Amino acid sequence: MRSCPTIKRQLCRSGTILVVCGLVAAAEVPAQVSFERLLNADQEPHNWLSYSGTLSNHRHSLLDQITTANVEDLKLEWVWQARSLEKFEATPLVVDGILYTVQAPNDVVALDAATGRIFWTYAYEPSPDARTCCGRVNRGVAILGDTLFMGTIDAHMLAIDARNGRLIWKTRVAEAAERYSITMVPLVVGDKVMIGTAGGDMGIRGLVAAYDVKTGEEVWRFHTIPAPGEFGNDTWLGDSWQTGGAAVWNAGAYDPQTNLVFFGTGNPAPDWDGRSRLGDNLYSNCVIALDADTGELKWYYQFTPHDELDYDATQVPVLADIDWRGEPRKVMLWANRNGLMYVLDRITGEFLFGKPYVALNWMDGFDERGRPQRVPGMVPTPEGTLIRPHVHGAINWAPPSFSPRTGLYYVAHWENSGIIVIRGQSPQPIGINRRQTTMGQVNLQPLFNNDEEAYGVVRAYDPDTLDPVWEFRMGDITWGGVLTTAGDVVFSGGKEGYFLALDARSGELLWRASLGGQVNSGPMSYAIDGRQYVAIAAGSSLFTFALP
Amino acid sequence: MQTMTGTPNSLLLLFILLAASSASAQHETAYDIEDGARAFAQSCANCHGPDGGLIAGIDLGRGIYRRPLSDAEIADIILNGIPDTPMPPTPRMNEQQAYRIVAYLRSLAVASQTVADGGDAARGKVIFEGKGTCMDCHRVNGQGSRVGPDLSTIGLLRRAAELEQSLLDPAAEVQPTNRFYSVTPADGVPIAGRLLNHDTFTVQLFDTDERLRSFVKADLLQYGFTDTPMPSFRDELSAREITDVVAWLVSLRGIAQ
Repeated sequence: MRSCPTIKRQLCRSGTILVVCGLVAAAEVPAQVSFERLLNADQEPHNWLSYSGTLSNHRHSLLDQITTANVEDLKLEWVWQARSLEKFEATPLVVDGILYTVQAPNDVVALDAATGRIFWTYAYEPSPDARTCCGRVNRGVAILGDTLFMGTIDAHMLAIDARNGRLIWKTRVAEAAERYSITMVPLVVGDKVMIGTAGGDMGIRGLVAAYDVKTGEEVWRFHTIPAPGEFGNDTWLGDSWQTGGAAVWNAGAYDPQTNLVFFGTGNPAPDWDGRSRLGDNLYSNCVIALDADTGELKWYYQFTPHDELDYDATQVPVLADIDWRGEPRKVMLWANRNGLMYVLDRITGEFLFGKPYVALNWMDGFDERGRPQRVPGMVPTPEGTLIRPHVHGAINWAPPSFSPRTGLYYVAHWENSGIIVIRGQSPQPIGINRRQTTMGQVNLQPLFNNDEEAYGVVRAYDPDTLDPVWEFRMGDITWGGVLTTAGDVVFSGGKEGYFLALDARSGELLWRASLGGQVNSGPMSYAIDGRQYVAIAAGSSLFTFALP
Repeated sequence: MQTMTGTPNSLLLLFILLAASSASAQHETAYDIEDGARAFAQSCANCHGPDGGLIAGIDLGRGIYRRPLSDAEIADIILNGIPDTPMPPTPRMNEQQAYRIVAYLRSLAVASQTVADGGDAARGKVIFEGKGTCMDCHRVNGQGSRVGPDLSTIGLLRRAAELEQSLLDPAAEVQPTNRFYSVTPADGVPIAGRLLNHDTFTVQLFDTDERLRSFVKADLLQYGFTDTPMPSFRDELSAREITDVVAWLVSLRGIAQ
């Protein structure tokens, strides 16, 4: 950004406006966010440059001012109230003191990250054709250079000038009238920005597309359901592939060593009755590894073949370089909606290990290639079947965390969600836990669940064994994400509206704040002038805390 | 994950014509009836009310129609509506679902004939306020205790068979908003009340002294759900008295505005 030195000189010739000059000088001119900076985001922990902080999605801040010893002193610094009654699912970005976030569905705002005061708002009016399954929400923006990127619920990709909030380009990704929508955060890799579409419950054909960051022109497109003649099309009965879902609606990851991008795919459609789409239904409920330059599929792993329980595999992939069972491995950690947790080799896609992390009865083991072995009869029936986890799964989309300091994988999810599922397009909860409302609401509601019904947890898992090391239990379920920090603090929250600080090594509760609205987002952290902040969205607002 | 929403207004003025057919839908299963109940709640109750009695001259829950209708005729009206009336068609519903609603309505009518029929609401009121000591816990139209559920509109919310079950076997089904909870603070004296809310750290009650109470769980010696304090009247009241009380409860539909 140019700082217009001529104007500054002219202004400063007048002694009466020295104060103005001082302010201009104080407002640092932001440097462009190069892709190099995105790749090395951990070298500038005062910023938060992508959805989960880094392209490997650790959601781990290297800031260590807030520690287990002083976190109890955290104080509210500022609140920004969105003019929206939608769920606030976005994780903000912070670039050199400027915070960017989304006012649902698709307004972008730039705030002073130290005060919460608004610099500018970009207002977007989605097409009336826009239809979303689960709320007119958005999970955040991506940045490259001085350009912000956002997908819209009417299935467009926007490029917005980060300096003034003006639209640079707008590209149609898919047709909103055909029930395509976008709620996920884009992924920037090199000179491309990638996005997928939601709508898997409404009979779309899923896709990921890459666009030129400068022009918005499409570079490549990968359909998550193969066309006739392509490998995998025969895993769909008849023409069911045309409307088979497999949407891509949550954040992806990027591995620079292999130049692969990773995305999880959603359920096949129709959701709960698979008779019209017999077969494995590739690449639904998969993680797909695509060449970032060409979009070519390099490998895939299908978590739930022929899913009839809405087990979207749309969780945030976590890439970690760890000593796994004594050997250095480049792995992908994945706590899936289907109740299973996985360690995959992210170079080859090899299934290394998997096991249930919640009560589960739809499968009873893996074959040698990691394919789950289904338990006969564990499908929706007219009479009802008690299937665990139920159609809401064990987790949904909320982002987890990995701390290189502890070597643990931190996940917020829920337990005890068995429900009798009924065949048809609208399975109803008629078993235990029938009052669970995981779709989330902005405001807090009285909770009447008893202890036998679903409850939320934050757990730390050992990647070697996938056993929990500790658990913090909550009265209600959680759709909150998890942040870990170099101060060994875990931040999370849930539908009860608490923002929590836990000890990363023991799970001990260290601090909490009641925010008056459900936490449906992931925490993040940044610093300004050496002062660490922690931010979380709850209800309709963004809350920021810091030490006094 | 998709959230399905019901189609409102789709059964408005469903049965604009006379008395019920006595024939029940054949071959329906418990699942059919339960599914029909859900479909009714989603698609019909918005206009017809939860008991099906909100349209003048029609009381679906008690088999009162404006003319005899066969199952097929009812299903046809559900699917196609009644031209020139507010009863709209329901294009997204299939025939099987429509018949499940019919099965549910028939089951409602049969149930309603087995309990409150013949009960004397006036006698029931006397029992309710006297021998039954119901107002020690319940409130009706501004009179009685607030500790238990306010029953001023219970006739709009619950069917006779359900009310009878609550009198005879009150623990069989307790609505989530009526659950009782007990806490023991540091002084060791337990406090019980109706649960209003609770979370990881706190609990909110309406205690038996009709006070709003909030507690921090970490400060309590003990806390948790308790059995409903509602007694069974199986051995306290005669069958006739139960029927009378049910008739009184069914008649409670709020104060006319």
